[in-house]
Amino acid sequence: MRGVLLRVGYVLALPAVLVALWWLASDGSTNVYWPPLRTILRTFPDVWTGQRLHDDLLRSVLRLLAGYATAAVAGVALGTVIGSYRRVRAVCEPVLEFLRAVPPPVLVPVIMLFAGIGDTMKIVVIASGGVWPILLNTVEGVRAVDPVMAETARSYGITGAARLRTLVLRSASPQIFAGLRQALSIGIILMVISEMFAASNGLGFAIVQFQRGFAIPDMWTGILLLGLLGFALSVVFQVVERRVLGWYHGLRATTRRS
Amino acid sequence: MKGLNTLLGTAGLAVFLALGEAVPRLGLVKADYFPPTSRIARALGTELADGAFWSALGDTLTGWAVGLAVAVGAGVAAGVVVSVVPHLRQATASTVEFLRPIPSVALIPLAILLYGTELRSVLLLVVYAAFWQVLIQVMYGVQDVDPVAEETARSYGLGAWARVRHVLWPTALPYVMTGVRLAAAVALILTITAELVIGAPGLGQQIAIAQASQAVPDMYALIVVTGLLGLVINVGARSVERRALAWHQSVRGEVAV
Amino acid sequence: MNLAKGRSMLDVRGLNKVYDGSGRRVEAVRDLTFTVPAGELVCLVGPSGCGKTTLLKCMGGLLAPTGGEVLLEDRKVTGPPPGMAFVFQEYGRSLFPWMRVGENVELPLKQKRLGRERRKELVADALGSVGLADAAGAYPWQLSGGMQQRVAIARALAYEPRVLLMDEPFAAVDAQTRADLEDLVRGLWRERGITILFVTHDIDEAVYLGQRVIVLSASPTVVQEQLKVDLPDDRDQLHTRVAPRFAELRTHVYEQIQAAKRGVPRGEDPV
Repeated sequence: MRGVLLRVGYVLALPAVLVALWWLASDGSTNVYWPPLRTILRTFPDVWTGQRLHDDLLRSVLRLLAGYATAAVAGVALGTVIGSYRRVRAVCEPVLEFLRAVPPPVLVPVIMLFAGIGDTMKIVVIASGGVWPILLNTVEGVRAVDPVMAETARSYGITGAARLRTLVLRSASPQIFAGLRQALSIGIILMVISEMFAASNGLGFAIVQFQRGFAIPDMWTGILLLGLLGFALSVVFQVVERRVLGWYHGLRATTRRS
Repeated sequence: MKGLNTLLGTAGLAVFLALGEAVPRLGLVKADYFPPTSRIARALGTELADGAFWSALGDTLTGWAVGLAVAVGAGVAAGVVVSVVPHLRQATASTVEFLRPIPSVALIPLAILLYGTELRSVLLLVVYAAFWQVLIQVMYGVQDVDPVAEETARSYGLGAWARVRHVLWPTALPYVMTGVRLAAAVALILTITAELVIGAPGLGQQIAIAQASQAVPDMYALIVVTGLLGLVINVGARSVERRALAWHQSVRGEVAV
Repeated sequence: MNLAKGRSMLDVRGLNKVYDGSGRRVEAVRDLTFTVPAGELVCLVGPSGCGKTTLLKCMGGLLAPTGGEVLLEDRKVTGPPPGMAFVFQEYGRSLFPWMRVGENVELPLKQKRLGRERRKELVADALGSVGLADAAGAYPWQLSGGMQQRVAIARALAYEPRVLLMDEPFAAVDAQTRADLEDLVRGLWRERGITILFVTHDIDEAVYLGQRVIVLSASPTVVQEQLKVDLPDDRDQLHTRVAPRFAELRTHVYEQIQAAKRGVPRGEDPV
């Protein structure tokens, strides 16, 4: 019981102190840029009504998911092909290294040329920014399949699709997840700035509108919501990762102990 | 083997450039949107002869380097303090887990209001994004310290500072290097983002200007430059990291994240 | 166990394997010919680095020989044949760490397109025979080294092979576990009548386990000698290993291996 209390204390103490500090320090603030936390929180339900959540938050999240899913499928598929063939890898490596190094936000103006400013543009931007870390990590993972496991699979006649499903992708999954995690942060960045650049709805659009309209407390609520979204997505990601990579964390813990 | 790989890689690059030339020339995509390689190369030549380009490059590098330096300094200091002071690690864990995934682009409107297009706008975004990368790796590194080594140091009466210097720091260094490598890449992304979206001077701003004035080949040329910059940073950071890892035979099969 | 029928299960004829990598030719196996009748347990011993693994991989269809051929029941082996199962030395890297023990054993059976019921039956039976009936739900890395190798053996058994190829399977486990595993292999062999080809570098192990020991020369490998182990079929760690005949046989094999290292062709002294 004491242990549980202590843990809860550790989790909640510092955030409580920080929020309290923010509350006290900003209370009665007359600086327009730093409105009191009280005002921000009071504004929150007024700004983020059901309609707004639907129009801005939901749309942003759907675009993010569509782009992210595209990046994941394309990255894993291409990465598996490139990682499986030594020659293909040697041919592609320099080009991929270059494409990965291009900072993803510069894709926004390029893709606007092709896809205009609609949803397609945003989804393509998110997909084409997130695909590189997934692809390159998949290549690394697929390449590193243990030769003994590969021979085991071969000796038991496990080939083709079954080999891919039960050996290659599973063995590469820790690296694939490392790539997926990087792609998620990149995806959120691209979601926001593609909406800041050109959009008529979405979280990034709304925040910039508030800022341009000098609705400072509203802008702060947008920043808070975006922060909460980032946190929520990272929690979901961790839950999925723990499930899929449970074996990997267990294996690592065992090898560390011995 | 290595020679063959280099050859294949060069061939791949050549095919990539040739496709970039052929696809718009054959009319598969509009040359207005996707100019052939040769036109991008010509635009790049014009840029390289232009003083404005070099000052933009300088601005970008300044924002990147200053932001990275601040983030690394703060990340290492915070990471060591949090790990060394008893209970602080447990007490800060939830806060770190909450603040870390907050996308730094959320701070863009705040940066605009506070600093406009000044360098400080860029630094706010860069430092926020890069700081967590370093902090997390430092904390992993300190966690990895061999308890036996720590006990030994204690039993020989080494003080806190000496323990940090001789036990903790050497163990954590490879992790710090990984953090620096990741932070360097993130810092470039955020520098360019700030310039592109806020309009702080630098390559990102030049790209925005080129786009607004329909100078498509110049826009591509500048994007190529940012890619090359990213490549230099990645390769440089990786070789520094490898050097730091070379003398440190740690057993890390972990995937860098 | 029926040795009388004498039909040959495995035929190795003039096997030759040359590795040709980046300008350097290495002849690992020069010329190997031997036969394994159905139901026999044969041990292959030889000096370390003598191409035992290469030979076994050629037999298992994992490597293509440069010359000669391997026949399984008179059919030429060109790829891993379904009637053969392989047990590797590196148990830790041969089991898939992302699958539980039961799933590991079941995986090859799924590939064989066996029905669900039949698969369950085979998995339970195989895990039972290696003494791991309760471990089906565990992950391999939660088990000790010896238990992991038992899982690998169970996976091979469930596959219902006619031939079991074992590549130094116990080289990486401690001595006590090793003795238990040796008895397990002999027990399974007697119970199930599988043909077993067991590669080892340990002379005692070869003599203790085998009905016949094939001594290989140093690389490039040829057959140095074939030796029938005329010990009784009922063997146990305590008595067999101290029997005078056991000592004679192991001394003989030891001398042959020493001769093989020096490059002396086939010893003439009869046992």
